[in-house]
Amino acid sequence: MAMFGDFKTKAGFIENLPKIYGIYTGGFVLFILLMAVLEQMGLGSDTIGILFVAFTIFIYALIGWLSRTMQIDAYYVAGRQVPPVFNGMATGADWMSGASFVAMAGGIYMGGHAYLAFVVGWTGGYVLVATLMAPYLRKFGCYTVPDFIGTRYGGNFARLCAVLVLVIASFTYVTAQINATGTIASRALQIPFGVGVWFGLLGILLCSMLGGMRAVTWTQVAQYIVLIIAYLVPVIWMSNKQGFGVIPQLVYGDAVARIGELEVLHQVGTLKPAATVAGVSALTVKHATAADSAIASFRFVTLVACMMLGTASLPHILMRYFTTPSVRDARRSVAWSLFFIFLLYFTAPALATFTKLQVLDPNLATSIIGKSIADVNALEWIQKWSNVGFLKIIDSNGDGILQINEFFMRGDIVVLATPEIAGLPYVISGLVAAGGMAAAMSTADGLLLAIANALSHDLYYKMIDPKADVRHRLIVARILLVAIGAAGAIVASFRLTGILGAVAWAFCFAMSGLFFPLVLGVWWKRANRPGAIAGMLVGLGVGTWYLYMVRFAGMEPWYGLDHLRFGIVGAAASLIAMVVVSLATKEPDAETQAMVEELRIPKGETILGSTH
Amino acid sequence: MSTANSQKVIHWERTRRLMITHLTIWFIFSFVVHWFAPQLNEIAFMHFPLGFYMAAQGSLVVFVVQLFFFAKQQEKIDRECGMAEDL
Repeated sequence: MAMFGDFKTKAGFIENLPKIYGIYTGGFVLFILLMAVLEQMGLGSDTIGILFVAFTIFIYALIGWLSRTMQIDAYYVAGRQVPPVFNGMATGADWMSGASFVAMAGGIYMGGHAYLAFVVGWTGGYVLVATLMAPYLRKFGCYTVPDFIGTRYGGNFARLCAVLVLVIASFTYVTAQINATGTIASRALQIPFGVGVWFGLLGILLCSMLGGMRAVTWTQVAQYIVLIIAYLVPVIWMSNKQGFGVIPQLVYGDAVARIGELEVLHQVGTLKPAATVAGVSALTVKHATAADSAIASFRFVTLVACMMLGTASLPHILMRYFTTPSVRDARRSVAWSLFFIFLLYFTAPALATFTKLQVLDPNLATSIIGKSIADVNALEWIQKWSNVGFLKIIDSNGDGILQINEFFMRGDIVVLATPEIAGLPYVISGLVAAGGMAAAMSTADGLLLAIANALSHDLYYKMIDPKADVRHRLIVARILLVAIGAAGAIVASFRLTGILGAVAWAFCFAMSGLFFPLVLGVWWKRANRPGAIAGMLVGLGVGTWYLYMVRFAGMEPWYGLDHLRFGIVGAAASLIAMVVVSLATKEPDAETQAMVEELRIPKGETILGSTH
Repeated sequence: MSTANSQKVIHWERTRRLMITHLTIWFIFSFVVHWFAPQLNEIAFMHFPLGFYMAAQGSLVVFVVQLFFFAKQQEKIDRECGMAEDL
């Protein structure tokens, strides 16, 4: 542990980062091997699951404690010294939530091509981040996203509007993440969900409370390493077993084609389920076939657009690029972020394909469709997931053989159940649980910090008590962090929404209120305060109104823009309002215009001082 | 107009053009390609149906590669216009 002693002396620590995380990765691999050996020696699967989750959380908490700080720029922007590659990894963990890790492959498994809109949207958004936002926000030198809005447009009211949008979007998102940590913790540690939620929150706060952004950065890097290993190992293993080699992502074309043949054999899409079961569904959508209609194409591209514009407006992502040493590094860091995210996202469709093949292909020993129901019911993984209600088999036609429309499953279990379906050792299941936990915790940390920082810096320090000293500000920031975390856990324990629905809403809220005020703040000098305020309030208001009408008041969606896509309506309203109001009111003063020009060139001092 | 100022104007002009170039590529691979997924699926690419491949992998690869290029190109613009940071 001696090397962690350098956490406080900046230079040595930064130089040694590759070594430190190299040793960390090696240590984690050794831990996996140790668990594998213990499994062979007869250690129970429950104990392995508990050890995986407990060990990794202990490491994150340790890093969080070692990164504790009482310096303002360390707390808010990790001292602006995070190298681009490491910031890329941290962003990857910050970005990939429980939904990406647990639900994405399952969504593709159940939803086929249409679901890939999430994969495209959640990666392409970074092109907008890199070209339109990140380098300019870094040059600005802000601590939070409302800090930029408040200074660029001037006035506390603009700042307050930005805080409002940020809190609504991020809080919607964070409850889904705390829900996910609770779900995984309760399963791995065998505790009730309600307790799991609070346990998860405790882990999350241990990572962020003492060290703010600095602690979150270094734990997120550690969490990225765990989650990417946990995601890749089962896929590569499974692909090897099926003879597809060690880079399955490049060669699963044949597996896709084979699924196409099997879909004909098993009559996927033709055989409709005779019964409906709450929470689970039968496979009725073809894997690679794209629906051939203008409305299907429109629904695909609008979902892509929502996820992309949402990506570029979510404060917990944008603030990661405030931590790099320079504008140049912020730009490079976006590219690295996308690379690290890509590693998981281009694997998810492969995982969905291989798992589907395991289940459908009669040539594989693991297949269940077309087998006798008595045999299938005897399988351990079928029993285990049936017991918790995530899977159901109903012999609708009474022939004793399992047809495609008689097998009901919840998509969310695909990633978690894949090691069992494919007959991999339990140590892999424990690893996957630890990965899911890392994904959910790291995103929750980023979101909680984004909310608490906006409230402590923008609301408390900038508006309520501008004379507060550093100690005071940091104490307020921490109290807010705990309070918001607790509020999130309370809301999460009610389980109001599904994980994925809440995530899509968060993106739509963020893009409705923040996308155009942020972009035009850099790219349109004429944009002024009344315009920005109108953009934020009208966007958020119209978006929320449309969501309410479509989701709860029974209004017919416009052109198939359902509740997952309400951001399109909100952002369009925001753009119109912002342009019209800006042009109808006075142009910004010379000083503001000079500031925007300064913002556009990397050279020179940041607009806001290093501590402000 | 002083030279420093005209440099700024040139820098921003080139920066804007680079942004538009990259957003055009982004637009094609985010929206246009996927609009025609049913037609592309008729074509096989590396044994994949092309429409599926583009959504599962192709567009993603383009985005990643594009961002590394973008960073390089913008750094070049900054350097040539004398607007790069002193690091």
